[in-house]
Amino acid sequence: MTIDKGGSPIEFRLDPSSGVPTYLQLVQQVEHALRLGYLNPGDQLPKVRDVVAALTINPNTVLKAYKELETKGLAAGRPGQGTFVQASLTQVALPELSGLRRSMLGWLSTADEAGLDEDGIVALFTSVLRDFFKTRPEAHKGAGKTKGVA
Amino acid sequence: MNVIETTGLGKRYGKSWALLDCSIAVPAGRLAALVGPNGAGKSTLMNMTVGLTVPTDGTVTVLDGTPIGSPEALDGIAFMAQDAPVYKNLSVADMLHLTHNLNRRFDAAYARTRLTDLGIPLKKKAGKLSGGQQSQVALTVALARHPRLLILDEPLSSLDPLARQDFMATVMTAMTDDGVSVLLSSHALADLERVADYLIVLGGGQLRLAGETDDLLAEHQVLTGPAADADRLASQLAPVQDKRAGAQAHLLVRNGGPDAQPVPPSWEPHPVGLEELVLAYLRPAAAANPAASRTSLSEVSS
Repeated sequence: MTIDKGGSPIEFRLDPSSGVPTYLQLVQQVEHALRLGYLNPGDQLPKVRDVVAALTINPNTVLKAYKELETKGLAAGRPGQGTFVQASLTQVALPELSGLRRSMLGWLSTADEAGLDEDGIVALFTSVLRDFFKTRPEAHKGAGKTKGVA
Repeated sequence: MNVIETTGLGKRYGKSWALLDCSIAVPAGRLAALVGPNGAGKSTLMNMTVGLTVPTDGTVTVLDGTPIGSPEALDGIAFMAQDAPVYKNLSVADMLHLTHNLNRRFDAAYARTRLTDLGIPLKKKAGKLSGGQQSQVALTVALARHPRLLILDEPLSSLDPLARQDFMATVMTAMTDDGVSVLLSSHALADLERVADYLIVLGGGQLRLAGETDDLLAEHQVLTGPAADADRLASQLAPVQDKRAGAQAHLLVRNGGPDAQPVPPSWEPHPVGLEELVLAYLRPAAAANPAASRTSLSEVSS
C-alpha cells in the first residue's frame, strides 16, 4: 500500500531500533523537515489515515504527535481538512551560520592537533554542550542581542 | 467510557481456574493488547466478554455497562475467533450473502469494496485463498457489521510478516475511520509495540498488569548499579525483576509519574521496552512475590 495522495510534502518513516517512542519520532521528523526547509508554513502534514496505513501504527499515536506539534505552536488542526504547519523553525541566518562554521573548524583542527580522534571529539563536544545548557543562566536564546559564541 | 469492564471475573473448569479474580476497565478508542503465554486465560477472558462462556465468578459488561448477550451488546461487538474462521467451501461472495442474512446489521457494499480493494476475488472459494487473504475476509466480515468493539483472538499467529502488516493496517484504518475499539490477543510481542496503546498482561489465569502502554513504559525503569547496594534498594522499591551478578545488579522497578523517587547515586536509570516489561511481569518469581528479594534470585556469592 503506497500512499500517493500528494497532500503533504513529507512522508514519515520509523526507526524501530532507535528506542525513541513512535510519537516522538514523528514530532522530530516534522521539526527536522522544518529546519531543512522540506516543510514550510501552510504545508499540510500527512493525513492521520495515510500515516496509519503506511506505517501500521495506532492512530492515537499520530494524534498524540500532532497534538504535541500544536502545543509547540508548530502546527494547527483545521477541522475536516487536516493538520497544517503553522510556524517555521528557521535557524540562525546564513552569514552568521558560516561564521560559526569557520570558528568551529578552527577549534576542530586544534583538537585534532592535540591528538583527539573523531569519537573523542564527539564525546568532548557532547559533554561540554550538556554542561553549557545546564549551567547557562535564565537568559534564553531569543533574549536581546546575545554575544557571539566564539 | 469503557468498552470492557470486569470485576472479580473468574472461570473455573473442574478444579482449576482458567481465570481468577480479574478486574479491568478498558477505555474506548484504544487498541488493547491482551498478552500472556498459552493457558494464561486470554481466550477465556475473550469468550466471556463476547458471551460464549458463562463466568463462574464476578461480572463483565461491555460498551459502557451493557450486559453480555443483550441485543445492544451483540450488535455492538464483532468477534473473530482464532485461525480466521471462514466457510472453506463457500465462495467469498456466497459467504458475504450468508453473513448479510445472518446479521441484523451488515454493510455488504463496504465488504465488497474492501475485498475488491485488497484484490481478493469474490468468486473464489474461501478455502482456496491464501492464509493472509482468509484472515482479511474474516476481518472484513467482522468490520462490515460496523461494531463499536472488535475482538480478535490471536489473529496474527498464522500469518507471514507481510500479511500481518496488511492485517494490522486494515484494523488501524478501521480505528481511524470508524473509531472502533479493539481488543487483540497475541503472544508476538514485537508486533504489538507500535499498535497497542493499552496493555493487559495475563499469566497463569491472573491479571499481572494493565494500563496505558505509554504510562506503563514511562513508569518503569531498569536501575543498574552495585550489587552490594541492591538489597537496600530492592527493599525500598520492590523490583518487578531482580537480576544480579557478583558486582552488578539490574533492578526493573515501577518508579515513575509525579511521585517518583529520585534515583540513588551510583545507580543508572534505563528506559524499558514493551517486550522486556511484559516478560518481567510474566516471570513466576516476580509475580509470586514482587516485593521480596527471593532466595533464588539473591544468590549473590560474596
